Parts: sequence; C-alpha cells; structure tokens
Amino acid sequence: MKFLPLLLANLRRKKLRTLLTVGSFIVALFLFGFLAIIHGAFSGGVDLVGIDRLMVINKVSIIQPLPLSYKDQIQRIPGVKYVTYQSWFGGIYQDPKNFFPSFAVDPDTQRLVFPELVVPDDQWNNFVADREGAIVGKRTADRFHWKVGDRIPLTAPIYGTGTWEFNIRGIYDSPREGIDLTQFWLQKQYLEERRTFGKGQTGWYTVKLDSSDDSSRVIKTIDDQFANSPFETKTETLAAMAASWVKQAGNIEFLIMAIGAVVFFTLLLVTGNTMSLAIRERLGELAVMKAVGFSDRFVLFIVLAESILVAVVGGAIGLGFAKLMTVLGDPTGGVLQTFFLPGSAILLGIVCAIGIGFLAGILPATTAMRLRVVNALRRV
Amino acid sequence: MAIPFVYNLRSMRARWLSAIVAVVGIAGTVGVFCAMLALARGFHATLVTSGSPQNALIRRAGSSAELDGSVSLDQVKVIEDAPGIMRENGQPLVSPEAVVIAGFNLRTTHTNANVQVRGVSEETLKVRPNIKIIEGRFFQPGLAELVIGKNVESTYEGLEFGKPINFGGQTWNVVGVFDSEVWADSRVLNQVYKRPENLYQSVTVRLDSPAAYNQLKDALTADPKLTVEVDRELDYYARQSQVLTTLITVLGGLVAVIMGIGAVIGALNTMYSAVSERSREIATMRAIGFAGSSIAISFVFEALIIAFIGGLLGCLFVLPLNGYTTGTMNMQTFSHMAFAFKVTPPLLIAGIIFALLMGIVGGLPPAIRAARRPIALALREL
Repeated sequence: MKFLPLLLANLRRKKLRTLLTVGSFIVALFLFGFLAIIHGAFSGGVDLVGIDRLMVINKVSIIQPLPLSYKDQIQRIPGVKYVTYQSWFGGIYQDPKNFFPSFAVDPDTQRLVFPELVVPDDQWNNFVADREGAIVGKRTADRFHWKVGDRIPLTAPIYGTGTWEFNIRGIYDSPREGIDLTQFWLQKQYLEERRTFGKGQTGWYTVKLDSSDDSSRVIKTIDDQFANSPFETKTETLAAMAASWVKQAGNIEFLIMAIGAVVFFTLLLVTGNTMSLAIRERLGELAVMKAVGFSDRFVLFIVLAESILVAVVGGAIGLGFAKLMTVLGDPTGGVLQTFFLPGSAILLGIVCAIGIGFLAGILPATTAMRLRVVNALRRV
Repeated sequence: MAIPFVYNLRSMRARWLSAIVAVVGIAGTVGVFCAMLALARGFHATLVTSGSPQNALIRRAGSSAELDGSVSLDQVKVIEDAPGIMRENGQPLVSPEAVVIAGFNLRTTHTNANVQVRGVSEETLKVRPNIKIIEGRFFQPGLAELVIGKNVESTYEGLEFGKPINFGGQTWNVVGVFDSEVWADSRVLNQVYKRPENLYQSVTVRLDSPAAYNQLKDALTADPKLTVEVDRELDYYARQSQVLTTLITVLGGLVAVIMGIGAVIGALNTMYSAVSERSREIATMRAIGFAGSSIAISFVFEALIIAFIGGLLGCLFVLPLNGYTTGTMNMQTFSHMAFAFKVTPPLLIAGIIFALLMGIVGGLPPAIRAARRPIALALREL
C-alpha cells in the first residue's frame, strides 16, 4: 500500500480526466443497478415463490370462475396440506390508474398457504373479526398513506356500481426482499354477500403441498378429477404460473441484457482509450522508473491498479446512487410490484466494474511493461 | 479565418481510435433512445389503429374496462335509436361486442399468455371501416371462425391463418388475417364461454361525425332506461393502457437519460483528450494567426461530425427493429397485447438531433478550453 500516494498523485495529474472517467463508471453502474431493479420488479419474486404450492385455475382462462365446492374435493387429495382460494376483486381507489391487485381471500386458510406475507397476529385477528376489514401490502399502504384503522372507499366495477367501504385492519410485510407488497385483501364473505352474480364461485385455488416432490402427481390428480365437468381445471405450480406472467410482461430480460451490453462495451472503449492516453503521456516517467530499478511487473501492477481503482470508486458510487434511488421510491408511482436492489446485483456490479477496469488497463499496462527503457528515454 | 474542414477529417483519421470510441458511445445511446421511442410508438399505434375519432364506445356506467361491463340486448336497442349515430339504409351502425380472455402459448417462451378475444357482429366492419382484411376473409356469422391480427399471428403459437385452433372447448378455424386483435362472432363466443345469450360487454357505434359525440353522449346519459358511460373510442383505449404507457415512458425515458449523461461524459472525455493531445498543434495554429474562436468552432464542428456519425449508426442499428413484434401484459385489461416496434422517419430525426445535442454538450467545453490556452505556455510544454 505504500504506493498508494503515487497512484493518487497520478490520478490527480489530470483531475478533469479522472473525474470524467469516474463519472462514466458512476453512470454505467447506476444504469446497471437501475436495470437490475426493473428486472426484479418484472420478475416479481419468481425465484422466491416455492414450488411446493400449486395454483388451480379454470381451464378456459383465469377469468372464468371455479365452484367453491372444489375446495373440499381438493383438500381430500393425498399430498395436499392446505387449500385456500382467492377471487379477483378489481378494486379501484379514486382513479383506475392507481392500480393495485385486490383479492377476496379466505381468512381461515390464507395465512397457512402464504406464510411469507406476514401480518401481526393482533392485526390479523381484527381483520378476521371485521366483515369490512382489509389487509393491505406495505407498498400500497405507503403509496396512499393508509394507516391501520383508516376507512377506505373502493369501487369494484366487476361487481356493479356503488362504493365498497373497507377498514384497514392490518398491513402485511415480508422479511424477504422481492415479495409483492402491493396486494389488497378483503374477506370473501363480504364479497359473497354483496355480489349479485357468481355466488358460490371463486377465482382460483392455491394449494400447499406436503412435499414439492409430489407436485406432478397432485397436479394430474386435480386436473383428472375435474376433467369433463362444466368447470375443468388447469393446475400449475405457483412458480410456473408466476413465470408465465412474467413472460407475458415481455422479453424484459433480453432488453436489459442488450442495453447492458451496449453500455459496458462503450464504457470499455472509453476507459481503455483514456487509460492508454494517460500512459502514453507518461511513457518517459515509466521509463525512468524502470531505469532506476523498478521491475517490469511493478510497472504493470501500478498501471493496472490505477485503472481498477478508478473503476471501483466509480462503480461503488454508481451502485450507491442506485441503492439511494430504491430508498427514495419508485419513479412510476407504485406501479411496479417491487422496487429494490438485490445484494447479488450489487456484488455482480462491483465484479463487472473491476473486470472493466482490468480489461481497460491491461493493454496500456502491458505496453508499459514491455517498454524498452532506451527507446522510451530517447523520446524524452 | 476559419480552419479548413479537411483539418478535422485528417485529425480524426490520425486519432481514429478515440474517434471510434466516441462514435460508438453516441451510436449506442441513440440506438437505445430510438428503440425505446419505437417501442412506445408501436404500442401507441396498436391502440390507435383499433380506435377511430368517429367512434364511441358505450359500456355500463362504472365499469373500468370492457371485460367487466355488461350491456343487454334491450339496452342495445335503446342505443340504436339514439341521435348522432350514422345510419346506412336506415340501419344504425352499431356493434355490440363481447370480450373474453383465452390462454394461448407465446411463440418465444412457450408459456401461457392471456389473449383478449373479441366477439363482434357483422356490422362491425361498417363501424370500423379502417379495418382491412389482409389475407383470407371475414368470419361467417354463426360459425366458429376467427380473424386474427398479423401481430397476433407472429406472437402466439397455434394461431395461424388457415389452421384450426382449440380454445374454450371449441375448435375454431382461422379464416382471415387483419391488423387488430382476435375476433369471432359474438353469439358463437357467448355460447362457447357459456355466457347468457344477448349479453354484451360494450357497444361500439359509428358517429355521423366526430362532433356528433357530445349529442350522443348527452342523449344516452340522460336516458333513464340506461346507466351507461360513453367515451370516445380513442380516449377509452388510451385510458385502458395508461398504466402501461406510464411504465414504458417513465422507465424508457429514465434509461435514455442515464445513457445520455453517460454518452456526454464519454464525448467530453474524448474531446478533452483530443484537446490536450493536440495542445502543441493548437498553439502552433494560434501562433500562425488563427483566432481562438476559429479553433473553438473547429473543435465543436469535429464533435458534431462524430456525434452525427454516431447518431446515424445508432439509427441504422434500430432500423431492423421496425416491425419486430413483441408483446406485454396489460394488468388493466388483464390481457396480453401484441404489438410491433415502429421506427418512423420523425423518430430517426429525433435520434439524430439527440446525437447532435450530445455532440454540442460534449464538445463545447473542451473547445472553449482549447481556444483559451495561452500560446506561450502550450508551446513551452513541448
């Protein structure tokens, strides 16, 4: 580390250039972080939902209902631990553009099947006791500044005109990042009482299995059981279902990779070019260093170190900005399901920054290493 | 006196690596910028081709989307008598429509997507005269036949012209290709989906003129037999995809801005390096009588050439995207929507302007610095 002052002195030599190069890294890694955030938002926790849960929907399409009588029939199938059901409520708060998903849930089984959506027990009990109670995800609660105890009017166009009043009884959160915290749950009894059609029906079932090894057998059993009935089913693991939703959102992955590749390639060129320029200017000095006895390897090291230092400093600042952005909140105003920067992305970003710093520095560094003292000094 | 143009060309050739770096940086940024715009434009175009300013969409009051609307045949009869609706041989141009969702697999990932299938009546082609059948024919009333959009054909598996497809427990024949979504006879669709006959989700009407809209709206909303909402078709489609449009513009815009800043920094870096590399040349030119301003102009000019080439390249990269179909999920309508990138000349011009802007921002400060350097000092640095 005793060469750090030399490194810093070299960087201070052309302050503007150093600043601009660090700036390129800041921008590139900020963009990297931002793309990682978007990617996370669109994949909506696909990696996180277990494969030990199944979703049973109407074979025709997810908007066609299933009879409530299926619950007991599914429950009886060996390998099934819990069954819960949900209906799309389609609640709207003030304006349709304030979109958030809202479901009618079964209070008896909801928490058994979705343990990762954590509601404090006292809040949950208040919810169960109140026919007009509602539980809302933390992000949606924050978005509209709802607190426990608030009374919220929603309209539900699917179920006709009129306002539905809800008491916010609880806010669910999750210890893990990347979980959808935008949902709004109401009691299925409330919906059942007020709906004028489709009584005795529900949107879909979610099944928790004893073991994920069993999933293909249980899927087949469920679908076979209801085959040739007026309500045929299609069963998939929650992971597969979530993945197909993500894929419907479009080929975000490809878009991100494409942009990322363009940016990184450009950055590599820019920094590589700047580095080789900086070295070319300093060839005389490097020759002098060699002449007074510093080894070839040392010269290689000092040039590479400079390049990597710039990359790491810029990268860290850029990722820091991206992290800051997640703290400040989502620019689309809560449309995205999640908005966070995963730790793995930060790590990958730093590795990429170091990699680019290395690649950008390696060419000028080898030139410097191979430099013949006589030739270089002659040019001075 | 102005520095000859050929000086810039020669100096770029001498420092080709730096020039290429700057060109690639700007090309990449312009490419992404144009691609985002093309995406947003294609998305918008899909919405607009399916709507006309001369059409109005009527659905039950309070329903947020067609999917949860309901209009009975009796109400359709009342609507048919309303003023402002265009008539042909005494027949009002009114199309009651049913909308359902069907699951089809995406061609790219082979996973399920929710596709909107619209049930329409025979009148619909008169209500929407801008719809053109590209291939095949329109469906025959009463038969299980489909006409599909060309973007639909290239997005989902199994939906191919001339081929049968199974959904909702019915085998359908794809008999035509046009430029919208998936259409079938509403009566057949209601039957297959086991829904009450004569119940529709929305009614689209052709107006005498775009101005007749208010007349129709007032008449229908005042009618005590109806509780309906009337919208211009275009407004309705735009509102239905508001969330997605916000998402595309905000996220796409942010990415373009971040990349733009990055490209400006890259350009600044390249131009500053060019200036410092050339301080000897610059000083010499000043010494033999070129004014500081001519040198500044020359440098800005060089930056602009680089930016222009970069912008041009970026646009070239984006051109093949034109017509490339992609799709996305619209949570508001609960359905997947296929659309194509649309690269238009104004969009390419916007890309070039964006590039030149980056060139000026990235080239001006170094140019000013070049012009201001004291001659004696720069020459002494030799």
